[in-house]
Amino acid sequence: MIRAQREVTKKSVVKPMSPESGGPKSAVERPTRKVFDAVKEKRVFDAEIHPSLSTEEMVLEIDDFSLFYGASQALWEISMGIPKGKVTALIGPSGCGKSTLLRSVNRMNDLIDHVRIGGTMRLNGDSIYAPGVDVIELRKRIGMVFQKPNPFPMSIFENVIYSLRIDGERKKSVLEEVCEASLRGAGLWEEAKDRLHDSALRLSGGQQQRLCIARAIAAEPEVLLLDEPCSALDPIATGRIEDLIEELKGSYSILMVTHNMQQASRTSDYTAFMYLGRLVEYGPTEDVFVQPKLAETEDYVTGRFG
Amino acid sequence: MVWLTGGALAICVLMIVGMLALIVAQGSGTFWPQHIVRWQTRAGATLMGEIADVERHRPEPEAFERLPEAARAAARAFVEREGGESERRLLRVENFELTGKHYTWVSDYEIASESEPEWALALERRAGGRFYGTPKAYVRDGERLTTEPAATWALVEQELPGVQDRIATADAIRRDDIGRVNHEIEDSRLAVRRAELADGVDAPSARVARELFAARESELSKEFARLRGEIDALERQNARYALIVETGDGVEQSIPLDQIVRAIPANRLGPLERLGVYGSRWAEFVSAEPRESSTEGGVLPAIFGTVAMTLVMSILVVPFGVLAALYLREYAKPGPLVSFVRIAVNNLAGVPSIVFGVFGLGFFCYLVGASIDQVFYAERLPSPTFGTGGVLWASLTLALLTLPVVIVPTEEALAAVPSSMREGSYACGATKWQTIRRIVLPRAMPGILTGMILAIARGAGEVAPLVLVGAAPLAPELPIDGEAPFVHPSRSFMHLGYQIYHLGFQSRNSEAAKPMVYTTTLLLIGLVVLLNVVAIAVRAKLRRRFQGAQV
Repeated sequence: MIRAQREVTKKSVVKPMSPESGGPKSAVERPTRKVFDAVKEKRVFDAEIHPSLSTEEMVLEIDDFSLFYGASQALWEISMGIPKGKVTALIGPSGCGKSTLLRSVNRMNDLIDHVRIGGTMRLNGDSIYAPGVDVIELRKRIGMVFQKPNPFPMSIFENVIYSLRIDGERKKSVLEEVCEASLRGAGLWEEAKDRLHDSALRLSGGQQQRLCIARAIAAEPEVLLLDEPCSALDPIATGRIEDLIEELKGSYSILMVTHNMQQASRTSDYTAFMYLGRLVEYGPTEDVFVQPKLAETEDYVTGRFG
Repeated sequence: MVWLTGGALAICVLMIVGMLALIVAQGSGTFWPQHIVRWQTRAGATLMGEIADVERHRPEPEAFERLPEAARAAARAFVEREGGESERRLLRVENFELTGKHYTWVSDYEIASESEPEWALALERRAGGRFYGTPKAYVRDGERLTTEPAATWALVEQELPGVQDRIATADAIRRDDIGRVNHEIEDSRLAVRRAELADGVDAPSARVARELFAARESELSKEFARLRGEIDALERQNARYALIVETGDGVEQSIPLDQIVRAIPANRLGPLERLGVYGSRWAEFVSAEPRESSTEGGVLPAIFGTVAMTLVMSILVVPFGVLAALYLREYAKPGPLVSFVRIAVNNLAGVPSIVFGVFGLGFFCYLVGASIDQVFYAERLPSPTFGTGGVLWASLTLALLTLPVVIVPTEEALAAVPSSMREGSYACGATKWQTIRRIVLPRAMPGILTGMILAIARGAGEVAPLVLVGAAPLAPELPIDGEAPFVHPSRSFMHLGYQIYHLGFQSRNSEAAKPMVYTTTLLLIGLVVLLNVVAIAVRAKLRRRFQGAQV
């Protein structure tokens, strides 16, 4: 019932941003600021989602997802799919809800008091927010890497196999195998193989972040969430992480938040532009950066605001 | 401002260093064998002993009136030369049965002549304090064998070890074998009482137990008599030897050899031998039982009691404190109630410790302990088992006292664990408990150990509550020993802090006990420092694991 009503309200809203529904097709004459106006007036609008996405197989589906911190709404009815085996970047100015959306995927926001949500998400068809979902089991299917490297105060080996340890895996051969595979996957094996039992805290910042990636992929996650993984790193370490994301593409489905336009354009297959808690435009990275359908997106990616 | 703050710090440091220096200076000198001096006073008396203290004073004019007329002029002249002042020295004269005192002040102007007799002996006796004198004769079976000091001393040195071995054997029999016999008699008496309580006085089971007890008792009394005989034989053997010493003023006194713990020819010792005596006195102090209401002998039971109680306390307080802090920080929803609990816990640290003592006595001893006695040790009533002070109740009381000392640093340490680490763990699919156990607790461990160190320092030095809940001036048995079940949590125990209080302020002769008080204080401080050093070493080892933590 409610859902049907919402559909009706949506349809009643004008969609000025769609080129088909009016306005000239040339990029120069696109109607501008309408989306931002709608946002500011708290009107509902549909995000501009490029049709090429519909051919992708989705690992994660976000459906009408809203999130409230107490009384203030942080995410507004976001609907999007995250393609399997691809890198999807979330961009947008600070406070636009990128990280909130990312942390909603593995329900990290549960740790914060007074958070309410609406809508739903599905990981490979399984609802993430349905009542009775085992959050612990869910998080085991999702890997996450944070802004700042956060290795645990234990050895490199123990860090990598942490998710297996908490599952009670004791077989040494299995643990060692996973450790090596994950460290190789994260490009840290050569540097770390002789010091696996040293404290992880003695690694450099870039190595620590790659260790965190190794830790995240050790559990073979269905989707890997990267929350500005390079924001605390120097340019060289950043470069290595970007190369790594490139290598992980294909074997893992990656959803990453970034503040860095170049990084998004270099590493991602798809890019979603968010603004003040709304999804504005979402499409193949090249299209979003080179010929965005909305003037607002163009303004942002070319650095005219944000 | 720099001067004000710096000055305040300097005063604090000065006070602490001054206190420690006083204790170390006084405490470490106690066991050093001094020279024995002999003073001829102008009044005509002869005094012999060790100098314990020196101070300056201005003698009153009337003081000279007490001197014999012939000596007054010389004494006045002596004081005149010193500018109206005189030194006076505290002489440890001992020989209590003859002099009636342990120490006496003597002013320099009273002394006519001073000498150090070569053969002066300091005899440490099993009872009656020290005896100072020169060896006169060695007696075996009532016959004087020698008259020369050198020959006498040679015989003492030769035969004293044998005598002391026999005393040790007799003591071992007394402590182990007779102790065992007494325990067995007590056990079978308790078995009778138990049977009577369970089935009534006239029940067959009680009659059987009584018969068993009678048989056992007669058997054990025979055993007891046999052991008594062994001890008597050893003591008769020892009683054959005696040493005749002459005091400073020429009185001869016979000292049986089995009364002598240590005989020191104080003026004949070289520096190394002096050090040897010093070492052997320290060794006795830390490894022997107390003698003469603790003014002599060792404090081993007190060391043992202090360490045992502190360890039991730590074992009790650390897990409870850490669990409580975990709940407050990790599980409880922040709100007025949690804040209130936190404030209450902090204030608990400010409650006077004697209040905890009263609570421990009322709750643990009289309520919990008495109930335990009613249920499990009914046959021993009316003499209480757990219903009186004991090492368990003392540890529990101190655990309560030190709880805030553990909770506060632990909570701070938990709060200091970066949230990024918790999130990282949750993101890996860890449960809350797994995160706490594997990430939060190891990371907070140095802070938790800080709390433990503070608790140990606080608990080991606390005395006031112990007076009420189990410390005893003299406890016959250690709380942990070789007798099954090896750990006796209901036993009272000796404690160094209580020992200091008891020696210094409760004993009949506090002047004689003063050196012991300082030495015991030194030992207690040393012990607390040692316990802390161990804990700090453990913490440093843990901290090294977190070196290079960037978050």
